[in-house]
Amino acid sequence: MENAATTIADPPVRPEFIKEHKQVGDIGDVERPLSTWERFTSHTAVRRAFIIIVLAVAWELYARWVENPLMLPSFSTVFSALWEEIVVGPLIDRTITTIQVLLIGYSAGLALSTVLTTLAVSTRFGNDLLSTLTAMFNPLPAIALLPLALLWFGLGIPSLVFVIVHSVVWAVSLNTHTGFMSVSETQRMAGQNYGLRGIRYVVLLLIPAAFASILAGMKIGWAFAWRTLIAAELVFGVSSRSGGLGWYIFENRNQLLTANVFAGLLMVIIIGLLVESVIFRTIEARTVRKWGMQR
Amino acid sequence: MLANSSEHLKEERAVAEETAPGSTAPVLTVDNVTLQYKTREHLVTATYRVSFDVFGADRFVLLGPSGCGKSTLLKGIAGFMRPVEGEIRLDDHVVRRPGPDRMMVFQEFDQLLPWKTVLDNVIFPMRVSGKWGRSESRERALAAIAKVNLSKFCDLHPHMLSGGMKQRVAIARAMAMEPKVLLMDEPFAALDALTRRKMQEELLELWHDVRFTMLFVTHSIEEAIIVGSRILVLSPHPGQVRAELNAHQFGHSQQGGSEFQELHRTIHEMLFSERVEETPMKGEV
Repeated sequence: MENAATTIADPPVRPEFIKEHKQVGDIGDVERPLSTWERFTSHTAVRRAFIIIVLAVAWELYARWVENPLMLPSFSTVFSALWEEIVVGPLIDRTITTIQVLLIGYSAGLALSTVLTTLAVSTRFGNDLLSTLTAMFNPLPAIALLPLALLWFGLGIPSLVFVIVHSVVWAVSLNTHTGFMSVSETQRMAGQNYGLRGIRYVVLLLIPAAFASILAGMKIGWAFAWRTLIAAELVFGVSSRSGGLGWYIFENRNQLLTANVFAGLLMVIIIGLLVESVIFRTIEARTVRKWGMQR
Repeated sequence: MLANSSEHLKEERAVAEETAPGSTAPVLTVDNVTLQYKTREHLVTATYRVSFDVFGADRFVLLGPSGCGKSTLLKGIAGFMRPVEGEIRLDDHVVRRPGPDRMMVFQEFDQLLPWKTVLDNVIFPMRVSGKWGRSESRERALAAIAKVNLSKFCDLHPHMLSGGMKQRVAIARAMAMEPKVLLMDEPFAALDALTRRKMQEELLELWHDVRFTMLFVTHSIEEAIIVGSRILVLSPHPGQVRAELNAHQFGHSQQGGSEFQELHRTIHEMLFSERVEETPMKGEV
């Protein structure tokens, strides 16, 4: 006590006061509309489009400086090639083929991982099974299974679906399972308190409660599937008359149509961007963001 | 002395009959219940041979310091834990698993389902239990929400509500189910003092309106006396019944009164004497 008194003096006793509430008038303009520029730049799409424009301009300038259309066609050449291939060429057909295969594989992968994770949360054996399988197969690149798939299923869609399922199922299961495990104890008890059990408990409580992780897993799974498919198509075309996007890229490289190769790659990028920024973003906005689970 | 106590008992029974017509048999019976749970290294005995009866329209409070197993006891009654010994009976049926006849209000604010609006949160358990149809559940939910004064907030998601509002939704959700007994696990403990007081008042008003049976867990002596009609005092390590006291005559308005203070002091001494025994043990370790 004495020590404290010698080091710091008592605070001075100050007069008290009580204020009346005043009208604040002009300064009380609590809300102010944002300026047009502020509103314009607050759109994510606007800012991202700006980045893309900068990249395109840089590409165009560099290509013109290099002047080697065989190695690096300029952005404008690629863009017109893309346009032409879409309107008169086979690009749209090829893209549709690829997307069809992709959707089949992706949905099969999702279904399989739903079964696996449901098993994993309901039984101890299922839990061990999922942990072991993910630990074994998650590090294995899907494309490494392609030779085996070709041996088993032959050239064609089944082989492609097989490798896509492999690339989707582990990523999605891992994320979903982590999501299930991190559902709060209170929410679990609340669900059980309502009398939810078994499959209803998983569907009505665990899945929505873990939806943020599930969605993250679905995104990763989508990217894996997309990459695997393009790579697999580069190795072989689909047996029937029309191949996919990967085959399209491979064909055009063989014929040294570099602008078309770039057009094919652009298509891959555009579809990736669309799925990410339209489909997944919409799902996010309507679910986890609306529910306040993610900012 | 004997005559006096039996007279007292009669009086008590008369009170019980008056408050809950026709319910002389207890709604909930906890009979010699020992609850244990495992941690990574120990087997902890949370409660040891605890017995009590809850009658219809009781505001029964489990009061005790932390470690007296009151929350564990509530989990046992809710059916999340099985007693190692003894029985928990609800209307003569032994409790074995969680169920909607014992709706629970938790302390944590995340007990509401974040993917459902306030209204849907209240409707959901009614639909799950299958006791009510779609339109009937909706009407009941709207009525329950109106009772806790949240009608304006029906379409909001829980993350947009304050802590007190979330607890009110949880209470509405539980009440709409018409449980045989409403279990409340320190529902107001995480609220600020002003909100807590308001919630206690609202809960009492709601009880006067609806006269539901509730079992309320708290570690606040004051809250126990104000909210409860009967208080079970538990002593810690392991939880054992120390006393069962009446508090139906006290509310917020009696808080400064001498009888209130007297009861407060009695309970405080009961709990405090335990703590004195505990201190040297901790000192040794």
